[in-house]
Amino acid sequence: MSEIFNLGLLFSAIRLATPLLLAALGGMFSERSGVINIALEGLMLAGAFTAASMTWYAGSPWVGLLSAIVAGAAIAGIHAVACIRYKADQVVSGTAINILLTGVPALLSGAFFLSSGSTPQIPKEHLMPPSLIITGISLFIFVWSFMRYTPLAKSPKALQVAVTVALVPFIVFVISHTPLRPLLGQPAVIWLAFALVPISFYVLFKTPFGLRLRAVGENPEAADAAGINVRAMRYSAVLLSGALAGIGGAYLSIGQSSLFTRNMSAGRGFIALAALIFGKWRPVQTMLACLLFGFTEAIAIQLQGVHFGGEEIPTQFVQIIPYVLTIVVLAGFIGQSRAPRALGIPYQKER
Amino acid sequence: MKLLRELLFPVIAVLMAFVVGGVIVWIIGDNPFEVYGLLLGSALTWPDGIGYTLFYATPLIFTGLAVAVAFRCGLLNIGAEGQLYAAAFATAWVSIKLGGTVIEDFAGKPVSYGWMSLPAVVLVPVAVLTAVAVGAGWGAIPGWLKARYGAHEVITTIMMNFIAVALVSYFTQYYYKAPGDPIMQSVPIGAAAHIPRLGDFVPGLPQRLPINVAFLLAILACALVYIFLWRTKWGYEIRATGANPSAAEYGGINVRKQIVLAMAVSGALAGMVGISEVLGYRYRYYDGFSAGYGFTGIAVALLGRNHPVGVFFAALLFGMLIRGGIFVDAFSQHVTKDLVEVLQAIVILFVAAEALFRGPFSRFGLLKRSKV
Repeated sequence: MSEIFNLGLLFSAIRLATPLLLAALGGMFSERSGVINIALEGLMLAGAFTAASMTWYAGSPWVGLLSAIVAGAAIAGIHAVACIRYKADQVVSGTAINILLTGVPALLSGAFFLSSGSTPQIPKEHLMPPSLIITGISLFIFVWSFMRYTPLAKSPKALQVAVTVALVPFIVFVISHTPLRPLLGQPAVIWLAFALVPISFYVLFKTPFGLRLRAVGENPEAADAAGINVRAMRYSAVLLSGALAGIGGAYLSIGQSSLFTRNMSAGRGFIALAALIFGKWRPVQTMLACLLFGFTEAIAIQLQGVHFGGEEIPTQFVQIIPYVLTIVVLAGFIGQSRAPRALGIPYQKER
Repeated sequence: MKLLRELLFPVIAVLMAFVVGGVIVWIIGDNPFEVYGLLLGSALTWPDGIGYTLFYATPLIFTGLAVAVAFRCGLLNIGAEGQLYAAAFATAWVSIKLGGTVIEDFAGKPVSYGWMSLPAVVLVPVAVLTAVAVGAGWGAIPGWLKARYGAHEVITTIMMNFIAVALVSYFTQYYYKAPGDPIMQSVPIGAAAHIPRLGDFVPGLPQRLPINVAFLLAILACALVYIFLWRTKWGYEIRATGANPSAAEYGGINVRKQIVLAMAVSGALAGMVGISEVLGYRYRYYDGFSAGYGFTGIAVALLGRNHPVGVFFAALLFGMLIRGGIFVDAFSQHVTKDLVEVLQAIVILFVAAEALFRGPFSRFGLLKRSKV
């Protein structure tokens, strides 16, 4: 069994958790504002397809990434208008987006690339590159978020910044001497995704924007009475979720892979949703859930073709772990997972 | 007048979806009129077009009814896809075990997969009931989780979909695949379990068309669902629960029981897809056979206003699109059959956001302005 469980597994778990984490954090903003987002799957596909085709045309992954963000937000915009402006059922609208995005990329790639649903192979040098700068900044944010819990918490900010800055190269040095070393050569988006966890935590719990967002998701009437623009908050949350899921999709097509293929998200949007619920709509727990689900996916991949005692180990049972765990948590067998109170309810301003 | 108003929004939604789809086709560089001509024309030829249209409509009637019944109870069943996979596999399993499937292995030696060979009069009802029961069971689980623990049915049904797909693919791959078969499909079911194709007794309809008696069963299901929802005590209680759970509870209805019942009935209807696919068409379980029937069922139910008659006609429309899509793929220049999915999604969006049309219509006094 030791050839299955090793640190390399952790490496692939982190890699596989990245798209989940991006989509799940996006979903968190949307759901915290009271709009159910089961469209994450479709939003990821939108990001993945746009990233691949724009990178192919422009020859730059940054153009691809940027257009994936725009595409994700635009498609999320349809969901937002339907749910917020026209008070459509949020689950139904999300399902429609998911169906739409299985069709549109295939339709467009058939027309533009004369293929049956995939984009051309993108040359290696145009894929998402590793970036020491982004890695450094992400690590800085990550380490900085732990400063509060160290004895340095009470010391001057300048000292804390200095210590954090000093720690970053040290951590890079340590990582480069462990089996996690290949992570440094991976697309910088991986690091960015994990840096987004403390950022999301800060935005959600420490800023006026986050407070309003949560208020709108818990009790829109009270938030409205307090002068918060419920619609504007929900629009921005849903658009943000589209942008983040779009990055997650871009990572799939021009980070992990080198082209878009039909339905390449393969249910990851739903696993992200599961992670979000498993993580109780909280950033850190959601990250842990994404890592857990990334880990199960990594194990499932490792198990393929592995024989144990003469028998092939079926991967299907490992694959369903995230789904079973989510049901278990949702039913309250392990702890309680409570959704934002106004989740799924369109807000109607009193006349 | 009431009927007219019920018809108005679905018809507008479909027309608008075709307009938006037409614009997309035009942008891609094809003539929208030609594509639509191909799409609808090829679905209406006799016998092939109509035969296939009705065949593709059959699973959609079942899943549409499934979603509609749950919706009448205030539940959104996204899990029809999982329910139909579980049921289809179960009915194939029963038909293999009790139908006495025997296949030849590499050496030409017969290998038996079955326990016994029941005659058709017994086997077909057993196989049909298995599909219904397993679908109902798979649907009842999320219903029970909601009634007992308050777990949201949308999330649990999505998760149950993935679990069903993984489990049936496991059983197919490790136990019921013919040795050396490169395709993920089970061994064939016993011949006694085959249900007749309509071509066997409808004059002019060739036997090669896969349309089978499950289509008649689908029509029957429409009638039964109507009777169940509007003519029985259970149906009344389900609708009361859907309309206002607290009022229903206050009126002495056991809301929790209704939730489980509605999900079980919904799952049973979704499970009937397995009858058409396994017993009437492929004569085996074929992994991944459903082209999103469970999800299209949501569109069918919405477009059909969660009424059996509406579901029937909405399913016919989508059946036409699926049939026509194949021809669009083959004969149009740029557009592929994926156009059908796009149209489907736009229809759902327009039906779901019908407030979009309510505004202009009330402005011209065609509809009373709604209070909300």
